[in-house]
Amino acid sequence: MSNTETVRVVPVRHYGRWLTALLVVGLAALFLRALLASPNLEPATIGDYLFKDYVLDGVVTTLWLTLLAMVLGTVGGVVLAVLRLSPNPVLTGLSWAFIWVFRGTPLLVQIIFFGFLGALFPRLTLSLPYTGTVLFDQPTSVVVTGTVAAVLALSLNEMAYAAEVIRGGILAVDSGQTEAAAALGMSPALILRRVVLPQAMRVIIPPMGNETITMLKSTALVSIIAGRDLMTAVQTVYQGNYKVIPLLVVAAIWYLALVSLLSAGQWAIERRFGRGFSRGGVR
Amino acid sequence: MTHPPMVRAEAVTKRYGPIEVLTGIDLVVAPGEVACLLGPSGSGKSTFLRCINHLERIDGGQLWVDGELVGYRRSGDRLHELKAREVARRRRDIGMVFQRFNLFPHLTALGNVIEAPIRVLGTAREAARVEALRLLERVGLAEKANAYPGQLSGGQQQRVAIARALAMHPKLMLFDEPTSALDPELVGDVLDVMKGLATDGMTMIVVTHEMGFAREVADSVAFLDGGVVVEAGPPAEVLGNPRHDRTRAFLDKVL
Repeated sequence: MSNTETVRVVPVRHYGRWLTALLVVGLAALFLRALLASPNLEPATIGDYLFKDYVLDGVVTTLWLTLLAMVLGTVGGVVLAVLRLSPNPVLTGLSWAFIWVFRGTPLLVQIIFFGFLGALFPRLTLSLPYTGTVLFDQPTSVVVTGTVAAVLALSLNEMAYAAEVIRGGILAVDSGQTEAAAALGMSPALILRRVVLPQAMRVIIPPMGNETITMLKSTALVSIIAGRDLMTAVQTVYQGNYKVIPLLVVAAIWYLALVSLLSAGQWAIERRFGRGFSRGGVR
Repeated sequence: MTHPPMVRAEAVTKRYGPIEVLTGIDLVVAPGEVACLLGPSGSGKSTFLRCINHLERIDGGQLWVDGELVGYRRSGDRLHELKAREVARRRRDIGMVFQRFNLFPHLTALGNVIEAPIRVLGTAREAARVEALRLLERVGLAEKANAYPGQLSGGQQQRVAIARALAMHPKLMLFDEPTSALDPELVGDVLDVMKGLATDGMTMIVVTHEMGFAREVADSVAFLDGGVVVEAGPPAEVLGNPRHDRTRAFLDKVL
């Protein structure tokens, strides 16, 4: 190349990008106009209800339902995954059967089932055999309220899915790691806790983040048994005033905001557990 | 011999399904001895090494480490298979170094070395740290204590792995092709550390293709082929004047 004359570099011109941008903006404007023209969107109503205290209560319930179901689901999932991988065939079978049932039936069915548990077992009784001593005896409907049923159904269902995610993570850890730890005299439980699970986390966290996001939205299903969540709150309102669309938009805005928060959290956690796996980004 | 042998194998066999990998290994390694296991790939040398700390279960014969049966407890005329916890207890004082290092990637070099002393032996963290730094210095990696395995070269990783095994104060060290996965220019550093250990009187069993190391450092050499020890003895004899055709054919290829 000549170095005496100055040569101008002409970057590739992306005419296609400008064209598609124009097209997208045009279509979006058309859609927005149609939306605003509809008499049933009522943007003012959306604003009215977005921060109503019963909507906010619903948001709080949705959040702790998600958190509780995920915590219980993950703990149960670890147990189920370890049982599934244990050398004891009875425990392996037990874990398999649990996962088979809870992954094999719709969540909605499970939620309604727990909501109507009282129809199956009217009373919950715990007594010492042969002595007649009753430790606990209550009508099922008193113990398993809508909220309890919601937590039970969501967390048992999550356990089945989390178990498979965690089992996959455990299996992804190189067998040389287990051997090296075993050669150092570490017991199987110690190897799992200190060597295998920390490395499995890297594989487990992205799908578990996904599970959390799915769970947040699945909590909407508990509105069917009056679970007091966000969806229950907006449903109660629109069943009274028939402003279905604005209230669904209220719910959608909240769900979208919460999911965005969760995605940010997932990114931060993934970075934390990626330590030691890239040459550069180690803190 | 005044001491019992560190390792004694009698007619040890091992099969994977229909394939008999070990067809009857007899071997004795005395305390303080450096024994090299040589042989073509598939001869069973790595498998036998892994039997010594019960990473593989033997199917027949008997195997003792320091006078104790590997994987079993004898009471009267019965052999009771040991539980996982008891197997783990016996592995504590047998160090092992792997071909592919197998360092824990989520822990620093220091973290790798202190993990087992703290969790298995119950050593106080500070004492374990001091000891680990001393060991890392011994393998020439004191300044890499806070590096993660992914930031170290293969040779450095293997030296950390040796330090990790030494931190348990083993009475026996097993090396499974410790330099086979290394770039040629990194092999020397690892072999130097191993020579140092041999000089300090560590009992070592080394599966290797490094004939120079075997000739120079080993007290005894065993040539394995087809799951048996074909020939064993001092390195000068086995390597210099092999009696068996199979040994000769193998040495012709590698030397």
